[in-house]
Amino acid sequence: MLAKRIIPCLDCDLGVRQGRVVKGVKFKQIRYAGIPWELAEEYDKQGADELIFLDITASHERRETMAKVIEKTSENVFMPLTVGGGIGSLKDARNAFNAGADKVSVNTAALKNPDLINDIAKYFGTQACVIAIDAKRRYGREASREVVDTPQGECWFECSFYGGREFTGIDAIQWAVEAEERGAGDIMLTSMDRDGTKDGFDIELTSAISDSVNIPVIASGGCGTLEHILEVFKKTNASAALAASIFHFREYTVSDVKEYLKKNGVHVRI
Amino acid sequence: MIAIIDYGMGNLHSIHNALKKVGGDPVIISDSTKLSGADAVVIPGVGSFGDCMTNLAPFRDKLFEVINSGIPMLGICIGMHVLFDHGEESDCAGFGLIAGDVIRLPQGVKIPQMGWNELWIRQDSDLLSGINNGDFFYFVHSYYCIPEDDSTITASTDYGVDLAAVVEKDNIHAVQFHPEKSSSKGLIILNNFVEMVRC
Repeated sequence: MLAKRIIPCLDCDLGVRQGRVVKGVKFKQIRYAGIPWELAEEYDKQGADELIFLDITASHERRETMAKVIEKTSENVFMPLTVGGGIGSLKDARNAFNAGADKVSVNTAALKNPDLINDIAKYFGTQACVIAIDAKRRYGREASREVVDTPQGECWFECSFYGGREFTGIDAIQWAVEAEERGAGDIMLTSMDRDGTKDGFDIELTSAISDSVNIPVIASGGCGTLEHILEVFKKTNASAALAASIFHFREYTVSDVKEYLKKNGVHVRI
Repeated sequence: MIAIIDYGMGNLHSIHNALKKVGGDPVIISDSTKLSGADAVVIPGVGSFGDCMTNLAPFRDKLFEVINSGIPMLGICIGMHVLFDHGEESDCAGFGLIAGDVIRLPQGVKIPQMGWNELWIRQDSDLLSGINNGDFFYFVHSYYCIPEDDSTITASTDYGVDLAAVVEKDNIHAVQFHPEKSSSKGLIILNNFVEMVRC
């Protein structure tokens, strides 16, 4: 039986030599966490199922630093590696794969040019194409929106791009369905309302999206405790859970998370 | 020298790095003449069945020659599929080194299978030495192999159907999962393969 995946996310500031892993809160304040490939090796030892490297600086001159981070990581870490942040074209995707990435995660560029999803899937396979969705709750009922009931009231979910700085008006549920049709292999779903808060995953959001598509959904944003990860697997069809700060700042190891999940009846790789 | 066949469909860093990590001497080759000096061959797994067969065509004769000479061969994922008679995906003939077909995963499961699944060992084999029943490996695939001879399956995995995860016939070894992406357990399998080369 396929195991639920635990994925540490490394938000990388590539503006310094070798790059460094940082962690923002609600897409803003930054705390320093470590050197990317050193953390990657540590997570491998702890039993992480996959790693995601996000370039939060995302400018052209820093691409080479990300390539170096991936090359260096893939010398010693043998698990699926995803690169995201600033992947704007098929050429960017190719460069990431050439450096040793297995998948690329695309957000802004896909929202602006959805054909990019088809292109990546065609040239590198659907398994290599992760669509990242940063979604924010919009309360109230609106025509032609997928409205979801939540304990806080009815809402729909709006996609944001440019790292949460701008909004698109695009409905996140509808976009997830379209992304799957175009050839996305995974949806990496981040709740902007929860990201960095440690209040737990947005269960209604994760549920709505993972019930609307057949591809795996990676739940992200808001993870602060072991109970949060258990909750997202018990209450939604998410295939994977992503967390950053609880791992970076050594509150829990990946093995702590997995032991806890296993004890509570979730099928994980130990 | 372990020849990794580069047929131009994606990066081979992981398999190269992983073989090196376990003490092998891998060389990525994109020219079939370089197969001559190889002590072992790896066909990595990327792309679709039809594209792979097209891109592997220039290697065909030399590949058969070295496999017939008895050196260890490892096919990974699509590199496993092409060893069979026929692929449903592109309705295309494979190399026919192992009798059987490659068909689509059954309805009712998410396709592709993507993630870590358990290996169920059916028979002892040198390749699986040190692997325990229920160890997890990383799979990414939409099609799977059905060998005519069930006894060539040394391990299986459960994904909507009990499917062949490891098929072995003489010097030919084939794995559905990606050992180069399966962390420490994957490295054990690659180490076992490198040991065969040394023997």
